[in-house]
Amino acid sequence: MADLKTNFLGIESPNPFWLASAPPTDKEYNVRRAFEAGWGGVVWKTLGAEGPPVVNVNGPRYGAIYGADRRLLGLNNIELITDRPLEVNLEEIARVKSDYPDRAVIVSLMVPCEEAEWKAILPRVAETGADGIELNFGCPHGMSERGMGAAVGQVPEYIEMVTRWCKENYDKPVIVKLTPNITDIRYPARAAKNGGADAVSLINTISSITGVDLDTFSPEPSIDGKGSHGGYCGPAVKPIAMNMVAEIARDPETRGLPISGIGGVTTWRDAAEFMSLGCGTVQVCTAAMTYGFRVVEEMKAGLSKWMDDKGYASIDDFVGRAVPNVTDWQYLNLNYVAKAKIDQDQCIKCGRCYAACEDTSHQAISMSDDRVFEVIDEECVACNLCVDVCPIEGCISMVPMKPGEVDPRTGKVVEAEYANWTTHPNNPMAKAAE
Amino acid sequence: MAQGQMAPGIVAGRLSSDELASNFADLHPAFAPHEAAVAADRCYFCYDAPCVTACPTDIDIPLFIRQIQTGQPEAAGRTILEQNILGGMCARVCPTETLCEEACVRETAEGKPVEIGRLQRYATDSVMAKNGHPFERAEPTGKTVAVVGAGPAGLACAHRLAMLGHDVVIHEAREKSGGLNEFGIAAYKSTDNFAQAEVDWLLRIGGITIKTGSALGREFTLDDLRDQYDAVFLSIGLTGVNALRAEGEDKDGVRNAVDFIAELRQASDLTKMPVGRNVVVIGGGMTAIDAGVQAKLLGAENVTIAYRRDREAMGASRFEQDLAASKGVRILFNLQPVAVHGNGAVREIELEYTTNDNGTLVGTGETIRLAADQVFKAIGQSLEGAPEGVKLDGRKIAVTGPGRTSVPGVWAGGDCAAGGDDLTVTAVAEGRDAAMDIHASLSA
Repeated sequence: MADLKTNFLGIESPNPFWLASAPPTDKEYNVRRAFEAGWGGVVWKTLGAEGPPVVNVNGPRYGAIYGADRRLLGLNNIELITDRPLEVNLEEIARVKSDYPDRAVIVSLMVPCEEAEWKAILPRVAETGADGIELNFGCPHGMSERGMGAAVGQVPEYIEMVTRWCKENYDKPVIVKLTPNITDIRYPARAAKNGGADAVSLINTISSITGVDLDTFSPEPSIDGKGSHGGYCGPAVKPIAMNMVAEIARDPETRGLPISGIGGVTTWRDAAEFMSLGCGTVQVCTAAMTYGFRVVEEMKAGLSKWMDDKGYASIDDFVGRAVPNVTDWQYLNLNYVAKAKIDQDQCIKCGRCYAACEDTSHQAISMSDDRVFEVIDEECVACNLCVDVCPIEGCISMVPMKPGEVDPRTGKVVEAEYANWTTHPNNPMAKAAE
Repeated sequence: MAQGQMAPGIVAGRLSSDELASNFADLHPAFAPHEAAVAADRCYFCYDAPCVTACPTDIDIPLFIRQIQTGQPEAAGRTILEQNILGGMCARVCPTETLCEEACVRETAEGKPVEIGRLQRYATDSVMAKNGHPFERAEPTGKTVAVVGAGPAGLACAHRLAMLGHDVVIHEAREKSGGLNEFGIAAYKSTDNFAQAEVDWLLRIGGITIKTGSALGREFTLDDLRDQYDAVFLSIGLTGVNALRAEGEDKDGVRNAVDFIAELRQASDLTKMPVGRNVVVIGGGMTAIDAGVQAKLLGAENVTIAYRRDREAMGASRFEQDLAASKGVRILFNLQPVAVHGNGAVREIELEYTTNDNGTLVGTGETIRLAADQVFKAIGQSLEGAPEGVKLDGRKIAVTGPGRTSVPGVWAGGDCAAGGDDLTVTAVAEGRDAAMDIHASLSA
């Protein structure tokens, strides 16, 4: 059995599956249940400054996007940070951490952008014995209107400043949680690093409207006929999150900065993918909110089985393994030539590949009177659309051509050597190969 | 107190009314909205979809399923009804397992087709539940067309003609319209008096008059119609029943399966519907299955369907065969009737084994006898009362193109016309297409 034990910033947890700062980690009752269910750690739902707690709306907080059979693919929320008194949260955190010393307990924080506010709360968090803090610079709704959350995360200078205050006033690891609601994730990540952050976690939720009620014309979720953009999460955001994780993992300025991956992690496979892109842990919310805490069983068993199959004894054996393979478009091998191939034995003759290729791509699939669909190599640019729309997994594959073969589309011999855009004759900026 | 299965002879009330109600409940109950959504999500929206090719009325199945998917079942219903005005009944009675669902690529992929029939019912029910009629008539043309027979072909033809602005008079020999939708077909496929409800809904288009009790060759002749109307559409069905050609078939207890089915469909109280203890059905088509299964559901102890050829040749689909088996009906193959025994009433039927001798069915000489107090003949119907002067093709009315007969101004479609399977859906297609041709000819 592979060892799922995780050491992230010196914080140990029995597995890399943490619950993200969100409703599932809002109070002792939930967190105890989560730990009993086997979660490796939690990031306690964001605490605010001393004083009257925030209030939430009293109507729907969530909106959803569904796939077939009402499978929840995306969830958005307009819930704010914890609406329970600071004292209560701190007492509960201390109690839970002392009862579960082997689990990671991180405390998410969001207070106004004033050093005094941070100085006030940090010692109190330290007293709980929690393993570290996560700075919520990501929440896109509500709090951002008050100059917190994403309003901080969108200004790298603020990130750096607040991170520095925290590092100066708190001894344990500081994780900076980033908002995806920016144009280039590398800038806030660099700012966090410059401020002394021990790690970044991402992504927080994406500003979104999940739907519009076509009778009332109110956005969803609707509060008395009005809606406000909420934070989008769940399986739908995973590709966006993974790209942002990869950008930080491969950026020369932030390379090596530990990352806790968040965004649509639903299965062991999602976790393994995030981790291969450089995440030391993953944080989960929507999967737990959809299916309950028990989903962690599948995640642990699945990751462990995959690691055994691959011969990885520990998490460190594969974390970051995909990072070197993430590159700029300009470095992709233009001498790599593939052709779609349809396995006629698997084909069920739905014709989706044909419709897609004929209507929207390169007219590279032929259809016979008896519904045999075949790739026309002379036209196929290997775009992969047919593979993507085919309902049968494995029926259509992209077969690389061998060096020396002639690509019937271009009439050119497939070269064995790697060559990219930077040296391509069509590139006005091309440099001659040295 | 129910008589029970063992009561001898042909008796009513073998089962309690509760048992009968349960036995004759909807074979394929209607989808609830979420079931429909899940079923619709399975459709791949195939290119040039094989299910459409397999549908005699060419319903745009992927489109209507997508309309269900996107929350507009009534729009889906309209897509269906534009092609097949009896889409509601077809959703219930079509042998989808040999038509659209057999062609479904998910049948190929998983042996589990998209449930097109039930989705069609969901869509058409949505339209009918609104109690509206989605089509409007064109400006009146001043032409009037006679339709003979208010079965599926006649109704489909009449509706299309009415929609195109013509007036239509349907002459129906029986006292009730609907044809086989009303008098044929197993009761569990058309519950809650659906056939009449559908006819009533169809007639809302306006411009259609139905004259019941008005039969060709009895109340009028084809020449009368040709004189009085601008065009004539014959959809008179197959009213003759083929004989067993077995000794003793005139004994009491031997009866046409179609008459039994019609009586059952018209019965207001199934506890009053008599059935034998030992029932033998001779035949291999849908009528044989419908009669056999319903006899069993009425409480017959033993029901046997004897078919003279093998399973592969059987007209009834495998689904129907399995349905019969699941209800406890025994199907015997390669047996043909040779004699009906009994003193006045049938007591036994004698059947001879058959074999296929180079494509010719021959008796082996070996016979068996089955106890029988009721025998249903279901070996096919034949055309009866075809008007003189109309050319036949074999035993049916010869047609060319969209139902043109040899007589100018006279079209034919449905079971009485040559070509096509004897299915409701085929009849609808023929009626519709003939209407379009009649319209073209009247507009010329």
